[in-house]
Amino acid sequence: MLNYTLRRLLMVLPTLLILVIFAFYLMRLAPGGPFTSERPLPPAVMANVLERYGMDEPLHVQLWTYVRNIVCCFDFGPSFSQKDRTVNDVIAQGFPVTLTYGFWSAVFVLVLGIPLGIIAALRHNGFWDYTMTGLAIFSQIFPNFVLAPLLVLLFTLSWGLLPGGGWNGGQWQYVVMPAIALGTSYMASVARLTRGSMLEVLNSPYIRTARAKGLPERTIILRHALKPALLPTLTYMGPVFVYMITGSVFVDVFFSTGGIGQDFINGAYSRDYSVLLGLAILYAVLTFALTLMVDLLYAWIDPKVRAGLA
Amino acid sequence: MILSAARRRLQSRAFAEERAPEMIASRSFWADAGRRFLNNRMAVFSVGMLSLLILFSIFGNLFARWSYEEIDWNMLGRIKEDGGPSLENGHWFGVDELGRDLYARVVQGTRTSLLVGFIAGPVSVLLGATLGALAGYYGGRLDRTVLAAYTIWLAIPYIIFFVVWQAFFGRSMSQMILVIILVNWTAGLLIVRGQVMMLKNREFVDAARMLGMSDFKIIFRHLAPNVLWVVVIYTSIVIPEVIMMESLVSFLGVGIQEPNTSIGALLSQGASTMTFGTLWQLGFPAAIFVIAQVSLFYIGDGLRDALDPKDR
Repeated sequence: MLNYTLRRLLMVLPTLLILVIFAFYLMRLAPGGPFTSERPLPPAVMANVLERYGMDEPLHVQLWTYVRNIVCCFDFGPSFSQKDRTVNDVIAQGFPVTLTYGFWSAVFVLVLGIPLGIIAALRHNGFWDYTMTGLAIFSQIFPNFVLAPLLVLLFTLSWGLLPGGGWNGGQWQYVVMPAIALGTSYMASVARLTRGSMLEVLNSPYIRTARAKGLPERTIILRHALKPALLPTLTYMGPVFVYMITGSVFVDVFFSTGGIGQDFINGAYSRDYSVLLGLAILYAVLTFALTLMVDLLYAWIDPKVRAGLA
Repeated sequence: MILSAARRRLQSRAFAEERAPEMIASRSFWADAGRRFLNNRMAVFSVGMLSLLILFSIFGNLFARWSYEEIDWNMLGRIKEDGGPSLENGHWFGVDELGRDLYARVVQGTRTSLLVGFIAGPVSVLLGATLGALAGYYGGRLDRTVLAAYTIWLAIPYIIFFVVWQAFFGRSMSQMILVIILVNWTAGLLIVRGQVMMLKNREFVDAARMLGMSDFKIIFRHLAPNVLWVVVIYTSIVIPEVIMMESLVSFLGVGIQEPNTSIGALLSQGASTMTFGTLWQLGFPAAIFVIAQVSLFYIGDGLRDALDPKDR
C-alpha cells in the first residue's frame, strides 16, 4: 500500500513537468503577449518591461528559471497583469474561496446523492425511483451553467432569499447557491450509480441467504448490502472531483465569488502567463491529490484491490 | 422410410423455393436494431424533435426579418419595455441587450452549437476508437503508452487546456471544433480497446490472418464492423457532451467570436441581463438548449436499448 502510494506520487512529478512545459510553450508560441495593447509601447520601454520580467531571455532559459523558482522557493513569479500582486498572492486569496464552496458542494453531492440512490433502489419502481430517474434527466438538461441562472432567478430575483453573487467572507448565504449549482448534476449521477449498484447487490445470492437466515431488513441493508454497493460510487468520485474543478471555474465567474476560476479566465484574457501557469499547476495538483485520495480509500475498503496493489 | 421422405422433402427444389423469401428476408443485426429503435416511441419522437431543430437552424433565417448582427436602433434605450417578443416589429424572439434580433441570433447560435456537436463529437469518437482499436489489437508497448497517456489526460481538467487555447489562438468555429477534438480524443478509447481485445482471439480473425490479410485490413474490415455498435452508442453520448462543453466555454466568454454566437453565448448574455427583467433573452436560448439535450438524451437511450447485446 505504501509502495503503491509512493509509486503514484512519483508519477505526479513527470506529469506536472510535461504539463508545465506543454502549457509554457503553447502560451509563448501564440501571437501577442501580456504587454501588447492597442497603443503599442515605445520600443525602449517595451525592452525595459521585458527585462524587468526576465522575458528578454530565450524561452528555455525562462522556463528553467520558472521551474527552479518553484522548486527552490515555492515562488510562482509575479503576475503580469496585476502589477502589485504575485501569483502566490492570487492563489492565497482565491483558493480558500474555491475550496470552501467546493467542499460544501462535495458534501451536498454525497449526503444527498447516496441516500437518494439507496432509497430509490429499496423502493424499486416506486415513487422515489421515478423521482430519481426524473432528476437524472433533469441534471443532463440543466448543467451547472443553465442551473445557476435559474437558481439566481428563483432565489434572488423572485423570492429574494439569497444573494445572487459575491462572497462576503464566506457567510453561509453566499455559499449555498454556488455549492448547489456546482453539485446538482453530479449529485444526480452519484444517486443513479448508487441505485444501480444497490439493486445489483440486493439481487445477489448472499443477500438472499441473509434474508433466509431471517435477519431484519435493516441489518441486511446497513451491514451487508451497503458497503459493496458503495464501491462503484467511490470509484466514480475521482472523476467527479475533476469535473467539479472544471465546474468551479464557471461558478467563480458566474457568482463572482472571487475564487481562482475568475483569476484563471482573466489571466487567459490578459495573457498573464505566470497566473495561468500557476493556476494550471494548482488545478493539476488538486486533481492528482483528490484522485489519489479516492484510490487509496478504495484500496482501504476493498480487500481485493488491496491485494492487487501489493 | 419416414426419415428419407423428410430428407427428400428438405432437399427438394420446391421446398427451397418456398422458403427462399423468408431466408432472404432474414434480419441482419442492424435491421433488428432498427426495428427495436423504431418501437421506442420516445426515441422516435426525439428524432423528430431533433430534425425540427436542425431544420430550424438551416432554414430558420428564411423567416427572419433582421440579420443576426444588425442593430435595431429603434430599440435602444427601450429594450426592457418594447424589446420583448413581438409579431409586429418582426422580432419574433425579442431583441438582445444591444438591440439585435434575438430570433436570428438564436438560429445562428443553434446552427453553431449543432455543427460543433455533430462534427466534433463523431470525429473525436472515431479518433479515440481508432487509437483504442490499435492499442487493443497490438497490445504490448503501444497499449501501455496509449493507456498511460489516457490516464494522464483524464487527470487534467480539460478546462485549463481549453481556455488557454481559445484565448490565445483566436476563437473561430474551426478552431473550436479542433480544440474539442483534441480535448476529447479519449472518447470511446477504453471501451473499443476492450472490445477489440476480446474479439481479436476469435476464429474469424484467425481465419482472416490465415488468409494473409494485413493487420490494417483485419482491424478496419473485420473488427471495425463488430465494434461499430459500441461506437454508435458512444457517439450518441458524446454529442450532447460536446454541445455542453461548447456552451460552457462560450458561457465563460472564450467561445465563438462575436458577432457570431452559440447557444452557450446566448445563455450567458441572457443570464447577465435577467436582473433587468428581460427574461426572454434567457428563455429562448434555454428552451432550445433543453430541447436539444432532451432529444439527444432519449435518442442515446434508444440506441443503447436497441444495440446493446446485454439487453437482449
